[in-house]
Amino acid sequence: MTISYRCAKPKACTPARLQDRASAGRGRKAAAAAAAAILSVRNCQAGILDPAGPVAAANKTILLDSLAIMLCVIIPVIVMTIWFAWWFRAGNTKAKHLPDWEYSGRIELVVWSIPAMIVLFLGGLGWVGSHENDPYKPLASNEKPLKVEVVSLDWKWLFIYPDQGVASVNQLTIPVGVPVQFDLTSSSVFNTFFVPRLGSQIYTMAGMVTRLNLEASEAGTFPGQSTHYSGDGFSDMHFDTIALPRAQFDTWVSDTKSSKPQLTEAVYEGMLRPSQAVPVTLYGGVQTDLFRKAVEMSAPGTMTGAMGEQPDQPVSSPSKPLSKD
Amino acid sequence: MLGKLTWDAIPFNDPIPFFTGIGIIVGMISILSLVTIKRWWPYLWNEWITTVDHKKLGVMYVLLSLVMLLRGFVDALMMRSQQAIAAGGAQGFLPPEHYDQVFSAHGTIMIFFVAMTFMIGLINFIVPLQLGERDVAFPVLNSTSFWLTASAVLLINMSLFIGVFSRATWLAYPPLSELQYSPDTGVDYYLWALQISGVGTLLTGINFLATILKMRAPGMNYFRMPIFCWTALASSLLIVAAFPISTATWGMLLLDRYAGMHFFTNDMGGNPMMYMNLIWAWGHPEVYILVLPAFGVFSEVIATFSGKPLFGYRSMVVATLAICILSFIVWLHHFFTMGAGADVNGFFGIMTMIIAVPTGVKVFNWLFTMYGGQVRMTVPMLWSIGFIITFVIGGMTGVLLAVPPADFMLHNSLFLVAHFHNVIIGGVLFGAFAGYNYWFPKAFGFTLDERLGKASFWCWLIGFYLAFVPLYILGFKGATRRMQHYDNTDWQPLMLVAAFGAFVILCGIGFIILQLVWSIYTREKRRDLTGDPWNGRTLEWAVPSPAPAYNFAILPDIETTDAFSEMKKHDQTSIPVPPGGYQPIHMPRNSANGFFTAFFTVVFGFSMIWHIWWLAIVGFAGIFITYLALAWRSDEGYEIPAAEVARMEAAGRKGVKA
Amino acid sequence: MSTAAAKGLPDEAHGHDGAAGHGSGGPANTRTVVSYGFWLFILSDIVLFSAVFATYAVLSGRTAGGPSGKDLFDLRNVAIETGCLLLSSFTCGIMSLVSDAKRPMQTYLAAAVTFALGAAFLYLELNEFIDMADHGAGPDRSAFLSAFFTLVGLHGTHVTFGLIWLVVMMAQIATRGFRPTTMWRLHCFALFWHALDIIWIAVFTIVYLMGVL
Repeated sequence: MTISYRCAKPKACTPARLQDRASAGRGRKAAAAAAAAILSVRNCQAGILDPAGPVAAANKTILLDSLAIMLCVIIPVIVMTIWFAWWFRAGNTKAKHLPDWEYSGRIELVVWSIPAMIVLFLGGLGWVGSHENDPYKPLASNEKPLKVEVVSLDWKWLFIYPDQGVASVNQLTIPVGVPVQFDLTSSSVFNTFFVPRLGSQIYTMAGMVTRLNLEASEAGTFPGQSTHYSGDGFSDMHFDTIALPRAQFDTWVSDTKSSKPQLTEAVYEGMLRPSQAVPVTLYGGVQTDLFRKAVEMSAPGTMTGAMGEQPDQPVSSPSKPLSKD
Repeated sequence: MLGKLTWDAIPFNDPIPFFTGIGIIVGMISILSLVTIKRWWPYLWNEWITTVDHKKLGVMYVLLSLVMLLRGFVDALMMRSQQAIAAGGAQGFLPPEHYDQVFSAHGTIMIFFVAMTFMIGLINFIVPLQLGERDVAFPVLNSTSFWLTASAVLLINMSLFIGVFSRATWLAYPPLSELQYSPDTGVDYYLWALQISGVGTLLTGINFLATILKMRAPGMNYFRMPIFCWTALASSLLIVAAFPISTATWGMLLLDRYAGMHFFTNDMGGNPMMYMNLIWAWGHPEVYILVLPAFGVFSEVIATFSGKPLFGYRSMVVATLAICILSFIVWLHHFFTMGAGADVNGFFGIMTMIIAVPTGVKVFNWLFTMYGGQVRMTVPMLWSIGFIITFVIGGMTGVLLAVPPADFMLHNSLFLVAHFHNVIIGGVLFGAFAGYNYWFPKAFGFTLDERLGKASFWCWLIGFYLAFVPLYILGFKGATRRMQHYDNTDWQPLMLVAAFGAFVILCGIGFIILQLVWSIYTREKRRDLTGDPWNGRTLEWAVPSPAPAYNFAILPDIETTDAFSEMKKHDQTSIPVPPGGYQPIHMPRNSANGFFTAFFTVVFGFSMIWHIWWLAIVGFAGIFITYLALAWRSDEGYEIPAAEVARMEAAGRKGVKA
Repeated sequence: MSTAAAKGLPDEAHGHDGAAGHGSGGPANTRTVVSYGFWLFILSDIVLFSAVFATYAVLSGRTAGGPSGKDLFDLRNVAIETGCLLLSSFTCGIMSLVSDAKRPMQTYLAAAVTFALGAAFLYLELNEFIDMADHGAGPDRSAFLSAFFTLVGLHGTHVTFGLIWLVVMMAQIATRGFRPTTMWRLHCFALFWHALDIIWIAVFTIVYLMGVL
């Protein structure tokens, strides 16, 4: 089945306006607006400043807030640098000359305090932000989260929907307005799962399971890619994330179930062979526990370690990558 | 007999590396022939190859770094051109297996053999001169360090023509760098070259710690040391504390690859995440090993050309040491997205931001050094002002990346690439060029051309912004690093601007070469007869230019910071000769130990890379025998008679070559 | 008044004793600089070991279904190894004393005993390694064993180099007598040998004792 829900025309880019840039020092809002304008990334294709979900939106807010706080210091420093170097140039008789001035307790106090205060602000922002936007933290929602299991292979992405019993390669289909809980692993080398418009990225690692919670708040096609270089086929390791309204998503699931082949362990083993620029493939059924087997297969010998713990046990302490110990 | 080495290793079917390799070989043969025809060998051998003079070693480090800058920059041009072309289905001119080598080589070369080598060169040249010392603590070891770096450079370049280089990025993360996923010799070239240069660097660190802590002139207390020496001290401390970690880590990766061990493999209990922790426990301090001496250069340059003492000297020292310590507790910010959890991410985020405090203090202190001064816009000063403006932007984007939720969006993007180029070009490289222009007359006795120097600065500065501002924007657009091609044609215009910027930087490099050639050509006009062309403040300007082999005919006795400035206030332009006149000076004799060590190290490294075990044993035995020979050398150095010292001093002051 | 008073120093640039400047300090003498530099080297070596220890700590439980320390370690053997090494440190100390007194025969004797004890240590360690490898517990069996062989082997490699160094030093004394340079090097050797002892204590505790208990 082909997905017809495509992003419309990219929105026009907002041109950078000089007056925005000049007013950037004034306040947070102005600075954020200026930054956004300078960067002019309002474009449906991709772009982290154009969030399509709560996680991306929250991250973006923190990003722009931090930028604005820092610009309050950085811009004056740049102005001062140019001004001092120009005004105190040799030969400018109007400038005062202090050839032995090398210490001032008051200035010292100020130059230590300014960066310290900025860091205090930012540190708070970073601490709260890394807790609020922790990839492991379930998203608040009335909807029951959709579970998706992600395996990065050389060089393609496999998405397994354990509850729906379907799977897909190099295409991720999700319902709009429903939290998605990703459990991620890798069949070989490290990769990173990242859909810029939906939010946080996270590593995929063999023999370990990481978790990521995302949600799309609008329908659309959002490009996703591996951001962690993984070898020769890396550049083609991208996928489209298609966010569909709930009803259409359900239709997609049932269409896929009825018309597509089964993803068995044998099929999965075939996928382990490196391949590049793999076309989108859908599977209408998935062998039980395939994800768990994928985790075990990618790190043989690791499983039956001294601790005897299984690698893909439910994410009991979801604050670190789940290796066997 | 030859291990894995066969004719297949020569890239006959790959025109770019093949002809580059042929070009390098032909170039080397013609240089060697020229040297032979002109009978320059005795001069080269006696004056440079076997020298243990820290100044000549410093010059050779800088030269090596500049040559490798060309190599690394060619890689950069290839990458920028590839990405400018390969959009929307186009594949560009570099296939992935070649492109991946290019970016891996670019990173490795630029960090280890350009930035690192340049900074160590400056430290070598300047530290003993600023501290009133006649030599470093271990001169022969110093030469060995240089030659080990040179042999690593040779090995890296061999990979162009014999076999391939690593395709596993400049840090060779496993499991990708494990035998299973990188079976060719590329990663082995990488590992052996870095292990060899790492030993050289570690020995340099030890040498300069001993030199700075134990060899200073009388009266040169810690708080009278020029700030560059403080940064060199911090850098050496970091080397001694961090490089053993990289040696251990790469050693374990080598064991994985050579002995089938399981440190970082996917299977049998290996833990690749541990590699990332270990390598960044070295890698983050490494960043500060590079940038701290650059901060030192800027402190010297800004004070000199503002005609004022450095503002807040003690603050600068405290800030330097604070950075030194903090750099060891921030490594995790390189992988916030590995899923370590909110507390860990939050902690390392805050630690990273805290480093911005001492760094910010430094920036303010440089500003207040200019305040009330009489700023002379010379080439080194231009580099310094360009640095402050560029570096604060790089620092800002760095702190932005230290905020975990921001990093979740920007990690491994072109924004990150722009950030670290912003601090490494804007910080380290600008510092290197400032130092190069500033201290050149002390090394060679004539100044560099100002106009061409300014031209190179403006090309670099403008080229830098053209090349990297687009990458910042692309990062916001979601563009990932290390893409051999990409589908999104929206990115292409910015990629083209970035490529154009790289070519502007190329002009900057061209002007640096032109500046050197032109300045040598017109050297008689630009002789520095005073030894103090800039009205300098520190001791290196109290000796003639070029500095004599023994540095100080008379060891100074120091009573303040900015010792030479103080002397000049009392109308002394050189260290006064005591009533007894000059005394004979004891000098260490030249040693070929470093050169032979390097020769056998290359043999050893090359045969390890290609699994030629018998030759590896020969190489190792050669290194050992070289050291036995050194141990039995009964030579205790030689003496320059007092009359000769007097003659050299008089000649140096007249600007006549001694 | 001149702030940088002039002053000629008669002896060599790097390292001399009589740095009696008006200010404090001045360059230290060569003996001090050499041992200082060697201390720094030992510090860096300890950092190297720390990295490997940390790795061992991470990997010690990752036996991949293979044998663990409990199955493999023979504390009796390790105790004898430890005894050899500690005793060799003692004889090395004696060697330092008698060489300071410039007594060649006693120096050779102390060195020979030190060498023999070190060699015995190495022999026992190699035996242990070979025995483990024979029982399918070689370094490629699991991450734990990789870390074990590397950590203990790294120490063993240091001991091996120490033994070679000791032989070279004795040859130097035999051919050239107790020159100052030779004495500094012998002093550095002693530092090195004692440092290896300290590292072995850590290996013994962390690898063997904690592995068995």
